[in-house]
Amino acid sequence: MPSLNDYLVLSAILFSIGSAGVFLRRNLITILLSIEIMLNAVNLTFVAFGRSFGTVDGQIIVFFVMTVAAAEAAVGLAIVIALFRHRESLDPDSFMTLRW
Amino acid sequence: MTLFYVFGAVAVTASLLVIAQRNPIHSVLLLIASFGALSGLYVTLDAPFVAVIQIIVYAGAIMVLFLFVVMLLNASQETTEEDLERRGAPGSPAATPGLKVFGALLALALVVELVWALTRASVGGDFGEGSVSSVAAIGRTLFTDYAFPFEVTSVLILVAMVGAVVLARRGTPGDA
Amino acid sequence: MLLLIPFLPFLGFLLNVGVGRRLSKRASGSIACGAMAVSLAVSVVAVWGLVALPVASRVVTQSVFAWITSGRFNASFALRLDPLSALMILIVTGIGFLIHVYSTAYMHEERPSECARYFSYLNLFAAFMLVLVLGANFLVLFVGWEGVGLCSYLLIGFWYEKKSACDAGKKAFIVNRIGDVAFVLGVLLIIVTFGTVDFRELADIVASREPDVTFGIVSTITLLLFIGATGKSAQIPLYIWLPDAMEGPTPVSALIHAATMVTAGVYMIGRNVALFSHAPDTLMIVAVVGAATAFIAGTIGLVQHDIKRVLAYSTVSQLGYMFLAMGVGAYTAGIFHLYTHAFFKALLFLGSGAVIHALAGEQDLRRMGGLKRELPVTYWTFLAGALAIAGVPGLSGFFSKDEILFRTFAGGHPLLWAVGLVTSLLTAVYMFRLVFLTFHGERAQPTHQPDATASPAGRAVHHLHDPPPAMALPLVVLAVGSILAGYIGLPHALGGANRLDAFLAPTLTLGAARTEESVAHAEDPGAELALMAVSTGVAGVGIGLAVFFFLRNRDAAAALATGFGTAHRVLLNKYYVDELYDGALVQPIRLLSEEGLWKRVDVRGIDGAVNGVGEAVGGFARRLRRLQTGSVRGYAGSLFLGAVLILGYYLWR
Repeated sequence: MPSLNDYLVLSAILFSIGSAGVFLRRNLITILLSIEIMLNAVNLTFVAFGRSFGTVDGQIIVFFVMTVAAAEAAVGLAIVIALFRHRESLDPDSFMTLRW
Repeated sequence: MTLFYVFGAVAVTASLLVIAQRNPIHSVLLLIASFGALSGLYVTLDAPFVAVIQIIVYAGAIMVLFLFVVMLLNASQETTEEDLERRGAPGSPAATPGLKVFGALLALALVVELVWALTRASVGGDFGEGSVSSVAAIGRTLFTDYAFPFEVTSVLILVAMVGAVVLARRGTPGDA
Repeated sequence: MLLLIPFLPFLGFLLNVGVGRRLSKRASGSIACGAMAVSLAVSVVAVWGLVALPVASRVVTQSVFAWITSGRFNASFALRLDPLSALMILIVTGIGFLIHVYSTAYMHEERPSECARYFSYLNLFAAFMLVLVLGANFLVLFVGWEGVGLCSYLLIGFWYEKKSACDAGKKAFIVNRIGDVAFVLGVLLIIVTFGTVDFRELADIVASREPDVTFGIVSTITLLLFIGATGKSAQIPLYIWLPDAMEGPTPVSALIHAATMVTAGVYMIGRNVALFSHAPDTLMIVAVVGAATAFIAGTIGLVQHDIKRVLAYSTVSQLGYMFLAMGVGAYTAGIFHLYTHAFFKALLFLGSGAVIHALAGEQDLRRMGGLKRELPVTYWTFLAGALAIAGVPGLSGFFSKDEILFRTFAGGHPLLWAVGLVTSLLTAVYMFRLVFLTFHGERAQPTHQPDATASPAGRAVHHLHDPPPAMALPLVVLAVGSILAGYIGLPHALGGANRLDAFLAPTLTLGAARTEESVAHAEDPGAELALMAVSTGVAGVGIGLAVFFFLRNRDAAAALATGFGTAHRVLLNKYYVDELYDGALVQPIRLLSEEGLWKRVDVRGIDGAVNGVGEAVGGFARRLRRLQTGSVRGYAGSLFLGAVLILGYYLWR
């Protein structure tokens, strides 16, 4: 039986993979995907802890997180579409006008 | 235990490939695989409800949305023609090698820290003998203790819908 | 009821300020004169009531409101009537009333709004002066002190379009202020040392002390108060404003700078006999300063060409006499001289005003002469005043000046007495020089060329005739006063009862120290008569000299002037004191202010600091804004890095 720590290590690894993806990739959609990876890692943590405490609260919070992730993905993609229409590019570096 | 390792390996590998792939469509599909692995992990954690909605909502809805958008924008390459015109062929899918190393190091540091933090926080040991949590139990808690957040999320979804429609609309706001 | 006395002129002030602009000249003048007249009436009634009380308890106090209550220190806005203040309020309201009446005619060429302004200031001055003399404690006195200084400034600079008038007003106020700093320090020391500022309480406390043998706290206090008095009463070193103050209208010079404000210093010493008599060192300083001032001012007045300047220096000189008297302990004599001086100096000034008015603004003696024919009333009243000030026996000035000289000599100060005697000679000479040059002989130039220093309004018109009744009547009244007023102080040596001395004694001996000198003020009729003869002789010699040089043989005077050319020039230029002050004090202060304080401290320092803060913030912001690169990846990266670092930090602890 895997212990709690095993799941926590796994979720830590997944979270940092997601962070690296956000930082390193030059495609807006891939950045959003990396964010989703991070959210899932967090979900795993919640469920693991919930199981360890013996309550269903962990799962309920996962429920909410998923909802929020869905909303955020929708809005984020809408923004990506709007940006793409403006600049024909999905590279975050081509949207550097909001600077000093 | 082996189930855990299997699912775990699949999840990690798929995620690594997600961030390594050049083609966004490949990334999306690999992420779906990762979600599947995670779903299995949820089952091992006695959370069938979450496992199922993971597949239905995440893999089934959100990733499909991503796919739609990728196809809408025809973003099957990493960089578009526009970018190639402006800046010439980029050296690598991600960034300069220096930056890649930096990113990897940061990620490594983050792993270490998170592991450290989380293991400090947790009780650490094995799980107790728990039952498989039923949907009924989840439902009961959701609609009593967490009733208010539940209602609020409905508002949140409404807002997101409206926002998405407005933001992605063609033409200036004000046109019919 | 005491409050009415200063309040009525104050009411006149308010009326003239409020609605005077729209009233006719006659109306605003009537308001002012009316206020003074009623105040005079109330004063007479109050003094009558006071005299009805038994001698020992002739004190009426009225506390208007409790002003300061702080811990153990209490001061109320209280007015007190006692013999000294009774005399003063009669002088102020009486002579003030006469001068107000005179002004209605003198200022008749001004516009109605200007008239209203003039009378409002004049009434305000009277109100403040009455507050000064009725004050029961130092604080109320100081209110009046400052108030009359203010009104002096306003009235000197009345013709504000003339730069010289404005300068003179400022000079008066600033020089007064310098004295006032010392005065305030003295009052503060009194509060700290004695815990009260009420005059009677102070006298009680001080009376139980021994007089200062060395220069102790009481001497310091009195010295500071005296320095304040030198400012207000134009003694050395702060007399320089009084001659310049002649820029104001002549009635103003008569009221403020002859009869009332300048006497405030003398009054203040008379009020605080307790303090001063316990400080013999300060008293000696007072006497010496008074005598020196009297002499020096007399010498300057001898050669001045402007009729009002001569009278101004004469005022300074006579004030010196009063301070000499106070300094040698002859407090009654000093107040007596104050009282007689008010009559004849006001008379002389008003008379000169009549002359100036008749000559359409001419004030230079060298262009006058022979006015005896055209201005008979003026001439005879002026002559009465001149005789009084010269100390001719039988007139008021003789009795008061002689009293001072006698007390100086009897008090054991022969040198001071000699200085006073010589000054007496000078007084007679310059006064009759004035009379002869103005009224006798031939006029040097035709009279239809007015002086450029005349009032802007009075230039075109001239009336070479005796002044109208409004001006002539006060002259006559004052002339009668100059002759007769002295008889209330008729000394015992001549068979009189010296009622004034008896009347003022309760106030002027309040808390006074018992020194050998005060005990030895026994009457010595023989010596007194002898000294009277001497001073009469001196007066006669002075008049004779004036007759010789200025009536019979004017060329001799001119020859003397050229013969002693340097001395004459020094005297004419008032010993260059103004230039000395300017070089030693004024220019350095101006330099320090402009170069130092203004340019360095204010512009570079303070502005630099404030602007510097702005610049610093701006510069900082200019550097800080480069953080906003616009690159989302950069932001994400920094987020990532930050999260790692913070997490690491907390895990490490």
